[in-house]
Amino acid sequence: MKLNRRSFIKSAAAGSAIAAAGSIFPGISFANWKEQQDPSGQITWKKAPCRFCGTGCGVLVGVSGDRAVAVKGDPNCSVNKGLCCVKGFHVVQALYGKDRLRTAQVRRGGKMVEVPISEALDIIAAKMKETIKQTGKDSVAMYGSGQWTIPDGYVASKLFKGCIGTNNVEANARLCMASAVTGFMTSFGIDEPMGCYEDIEHADVFVTWGNNMAEMHPVLFSRMLASRKRRKNVQIIDLATRSTRSSQASDRSILFKPNTDLAVANAICYEIIRNDWVDWDFVKKHTTFHKGKTNIGYGTEDHFKFKDAPEDISFEEYKEFLSDYTPEKVEKISGVSALEIKYLASLYGDPSKKCTSFWCMGMNQHVRGTWINNLVYNIHLLTGKISTPGNSPFSLTGQPSACGTVREVGTLTHKLPHGVVMKEEHRKMAAEIWDVPLANIDPKPTYHTVEMFRALDRGDIRFIWIQVTNPMITMPNLNRYRNGALKDDRFIVVSDVYPTPTTDVADVILPAAMWVEQEGMFGNSERRTQHFDRIVPGPGETMSDTWQIIEVARRLGYEKQFPWGEDEYIGKIWEEYRRFHDSPKHNMAPYTVLKKRSGVQWPFVDGKETRWRFNSKYDPACKPGSDFDFYGKKDGKAWIWARPYEPAAESPDEEYDFWLNTGRVIEHWHTGTMTRRVPVLHRAVPESYVEIHPEDAMNLGVTNGEMVKIISRRGEVTMKASINGRGNPPRGMVFVPFFDETYKINEVTLDAFCPISKQPDYKKCAVRLEKA
Amino acid sequence: MPILSYLVLPQDGAMDQLCSDLANMDYCEIIPADNQEVVVLVTDTPDEKVEKTLQETLKNLPSLQSFSMTYGHNAV
Repeated sequence: MKLNRRSFIKSAAAGSAIAAAGSIFPGISFANWKEQQDPSGQITWKKAPCRFCGTGCGVLVGVSGDRAVAVKGDPNCSVNKGLCCVKGFHVVQALYGKDRLRTAQVRRGGKMVEVPISEALDIIAAKMKETIKQTGKDSVAMYGSGQWTIPDGYVASKLFKGCIGTNNVEANARLCMASAVTGFMTSFGIDEPMGCYEDIEHADVFVTWGNNMAEMHPVLFSRMLASRKRRKNVQIIDLATRSTRSSQASDRSILFKPNTDLAVANAICYEIIRNDWVDWDFVKKHTTFHKGKTNIGYGTEDHFKFKDAPEDISFEEYKEFLSDYTPEKVEKISGVSALEIKYLASLYGDPSKKCTSFWCMGMNQHVRGTWINNLVYNIHLLTGKISTPGNSPFSLTGQPSACGTVREVGTLTHKLPHGVVMKEEHRKMAAEIWDVPLANIDPKPTYHTVEMFRALDRGDIRFIWIQVTNPMITMPNLNRYRNGALKDDRFIVVSDVYPTPTTDVADVILPAAMWVEQEGMFGNSERRTQHFDRIVPGPGETMSDTWQIIEVARRLGYEKQFPWGEDEYIGKIWEEYRRFHDSPKHNMAPYTVLKKRSGVQWPFVDGKETRWRFNSKYDPACKPGSDFDFYGKKDGKAWIWARPYEPAAESPDEEYDFWLNTGRVIEHWHTGTMTRRVPVLHRAVPESYVEIHPEDAMNLGVTNGEMVKIISRRGEVTMKASINGRGNPPRGMVFVPFFDETYKINEVTLDAFCPISKQPDYKKCAVRLEKA
Repeated sequence: MPILSYLVLPQDGAMDQLCSDLANMDYCEIIPADNQEVVVLVTDTPDEKVEKTLQETLKNLPSLQSFSMTYGHNAV
């Protein structure tokens, strides 16, 4: 059965109309578009999570013969209930770019030469052995991704941490989610949201903290808009540093100066206490108060170290700390009027309103990312608005498996699939499940992502294998790290689906299977694990990232740890991995259950998913007889933190007088390697641009579409101006989407990070502008 | 051999009639939305002359309020 060209074009025409409808009519569903007959046969539909963002929309992939030809929202998936965004509706086209990598390539005499993939795998294994012998196990590294499937990340961790014995495993989720993790760990002692997307249908108030959900999580934003339309009393407040489509659709848009969300959050807490809107019963039973170190630095220097030193404080000491954050004082710091701060506090403080806070990169890519996560939790903890339907502080993810693969499998230098390398009991568990000697697992973490690329530049790391990510676009202060990767005695392996600036620096390129060309699982923002089958074959010699790692592991002599056959390995890996989470706090669904359903939430206990954690009505892990039990902490109590406002690492001055803020647009996903190969999406936004306030543009003498040079202390980029476009920065700020590799905006950004999470801040550095 | 797609809106209360009218026309395939009064129409005509005639017919359809093209391809 093969689909002919004509029926393929008709399918594309229908898909285009459905995508257009989705952007014009929020919430529209075409779930009855079940099958299409064409002269060559029937399209069959198979479930998968969308390939792109962390929302985890379920899609049905239409297959004719060996080709995916259509996509529609999966009505059985509770995440999106049949909806899709414009990217989701075109996701299958990302499989079929003309320049897909089909064969392995090896650099010989300065040129990339095609070789059989088995030969490339031999070369990788030999180079790893040689590097370990010459410069030690900590000179080889793996850099993966929140787009890794769960099995990809699991076998990477097992090979590097369990077999080779180095903690040199990191993933690009360090760049997008690390502050969310440390926020959870410091406030609750356990990672990942307590709530779920059902909160959207229960909440009366939504506050989006630096989060342009209309473009970054459009399906969830549609659910918010639908809830507001249906229930009338629902309000959406957009709290941000620039005006976006989310601001336009919100009931109120409040702008704050960069980094001052810390002060605003503290001022909200000050007002909640001053007005006695505190839920005292909840606070006394379920929280304790703490402070940590201050003036903690920004990590811009190599070998930067920081360790917090938490101290207990009393409620009175916390209240005294907040006296520096009256609305009137914070108005001067933040630019948010005292009246608006009081209004926000009144919403959170009103016991009759259910409040949900959403955030993503604005709070996480922040030099005090851990702190601002803590402070928003403070608001919900003081008011007792947490872990109940509609009351949720909710950190959203940007990648399809940042939670599933990076946070749950633990593909960060300090992590294991259960716990951390520093704790002996966690190492013992891993050694037993992995069938490796306990001594293999090093108790000392090595390099977080920024430091890993610094180590590559310095020469402490000589071999790095990069899978499913594009760091030669995404690393901040990019010039340093690209120059480091290009040094003569570095060996770079890149597994990817298309040529990118990262494959440009590779010594070996492995052609990877993409999305539904392999079996796998993703884990989304709401603790939902989503399985997908291999639905279509990949082109040429493409191979799943999991299988690439297994092939190399076997060449390194670890056959015993990687014994599975190609027809069974995903199921076997899943069941082995599941042993790490065998407790009511984190139990994962069996493979057979995942295969059947459009996603299953964990903890999965006695055949039931857990919607709201830490609340004994919903969460079987809570202590019997308790109402709430924050069991990540030994005493079952969540921590309220006194965290001060501190400024960004680099602020505008006389020489560099603008803030630079970077981010995304709805049409493109991350560095655009997939979406820029989808014609409809590429034509919609063919190139990046710099958003400038109209008065700043006038002072610069620039009109819409004219070229502007953006210059920082680290680099410069020249691109077209966008004035009064879809986003509008305030005066003194410019915004640049980073999807376009033609304009490497990260040559301009700064590699400062949150000292606790080690996540870089892509939202704040100082630049000056020139008319080009 | 043009292939085009449109978003079609019915007159008030005429969603069912519009779907029926379009489904019974030559060269037309429809995908109605299941929660809003919007229809996706895909037309597949043998040549531009037939396409123009079809568009005129659509313009005069009493159950149709408006239609806007989202995709066009002149297959050869």
